[in-house]
Amino acid sequence: MNKEEIIEALKTIVEPYSEEASALAHIDENTDFINDLKINSANLVDIILDIEEKFNIEIDNDSMAKMLNVKATTEIIAAKLEAHAGQ
Amino acid sequence: MGNRVVITGLGVCAPNGTTIDEFSDAIKKGLSGIRHQPDLEALNFSCQIAGKPSLSEERINQYFTPLELRNLNSTGIIYGIIAGLDAWKDAGLTIENNNEPDWDSGTIFGAGTSGIDKFRWAINKIDALEIKKLGSSVVIQTMASGVSAFISGKLGLGNQVSTNSSACATGAESILLAYERIKTGQATRMLAGSTSDSGPYIWGGFDAMKVCTFKHNHEPEKGSRPMSASASGFVPGSGAGALVLESLESALKRKAKIYGEVLGGHINSGGQRGLGTMTAPNPTAVQRCIQTALKNAGIEAQEIDVINGHLTATTKDALEIENWKTALQLPANEFPYINSIKGMIGHCIAASGSIECVASVLELSEGFIFPNINCEDLNPEITALINAKCIPQTLIHQPFNILAKASFGFGDINACIIFKKYTHES
Repeated sequence: MNKEEIIEALKTIVEPYSEEASALAHIDENTDFINDLKINSANLVDIILDIEEKFNIEIDNDSMAKMLNVKATTEIIAAKLEAHAGQ
Repeated sequence: MGNRVVITGLGVCAPNGTTIDEFSDAIKKGLSGIRHQPDLEALNFSCQIAGKPSLSEERINQYFTPLELRNLNSTGIIYGIIAGLDAWKDAGLTIENNNEPDWDSGTIFGAGTSGIDKFRWAINKIDALEIKKLGSSVVIQTMASGVSAFISGKLGLGNQVSTNSSACATGAESILLAYERIKTGQATRMLAGSTSDSGPYIWGGFDAMKVCTFKHNHEPEKGSRPMSASASGFVPGSGAGALVLESLESALKRKAKIYGEVLGGHINSGGQRGLGTMTAPNPTAVQRCIQTALKNAGIEAQEIDVINGHLTATTKDALEIENWKTALQLPANEFPYINSIKGMIGHCIAASGSIECVASVLELSEGFIFPNINCEDLNPEITALINAKCIPQTLIHQPFNILAKASFGFGDINACIIFKKYTHES
């Protein structure tokens, strides 16, 4: 899965948590979940659960703490997928 | 003196009606909302019947966002929001999306336990070493104040937002707490009410205590029999009731419809002393609660036209009537009408007081006295105390002025409210 595909999947995941339609439509690497998408910080844990399910990966606490924007999240997902593929 | 406090909005989510119109029609006709519950039968409950509000998914979707509905597993929150928001709309109030909270409005919305199904789900996840999978919805759905927190967010309430919990007295207490807040000028408007979850995990403890009937599993609608000689225990119920209380001044200024006035009331406890225990009421405290409520409201016993009792359909019904009689000091032929809606909807635990207050206020404002059902065979211990004609078994259309409502709860606690018809001349 390439970066664009991950961002596209991520968009579907975060969509129900945000009411910022225009920010959602223009989601890219620089999008910040809290500042741009106005996602309630408590919902970040729900997004992580959805990501785990969607990509069939496990996200550790340290990674989770970094997943505040699209860029970091995409990188972590890509790394987990790669590690997974290597198993 | 303080502000006069009136009721300007009503909302309900009861086993026999989930809108005010439906509920008002049901209580006039004596329609039962008690049904056989297959889940209780499957779990070997002694009492396999209960009263549960019937709500379509479509109706629920009108009150919650898709995000709120994800993983929402607290029926008490669903009932409370529906009753609460309906009461707000009924009062002619709008939901503003301002940045600024509404500092003059608050809520006291009571609950016994909140989100018990969600709590069970969370416990199972934790025990299965899946703590991470709980997500963000467990705390907000299982904290006792979950219901008032949801309401506050939807309405933008900036005054006191709290949840009271006082067993079966919860709903009556929430209304009195809200009343006091407005009376003392600390709030202009309060949404008062209470809610109770549905299901085996709420009702199981009562079943185990053998306080619920087990004799009517084959005829659910006959099961809840307040004041009947064949009453054999209560039928559990669930739902929510809500009232918008407001200062008279504010209601008049808004030209709001006024359902009635809260004249006053009283809350007390028997301290589990004397004849009072965790589960049995201290009669002295019950009588004192009623008498103090009258005094607080500034009325005499003979001014009461109708009593809406606690009357759960256990052997304690006769004791309750005896307490009313002693408290009011009225001869049998001057005793007011008395009724109990629990024959139709069962005992809705923490929600009972608020649902019953909604019924009481409807009676006052529309001028009717709803029929008691399932007491064709009146308990002779009761008819030895008061005349059978005080216990109507058919609908009475009759305007009246004052209704006394009481709720009594586990822990030996009592609440009594005095409602008065509102006329613009008064």
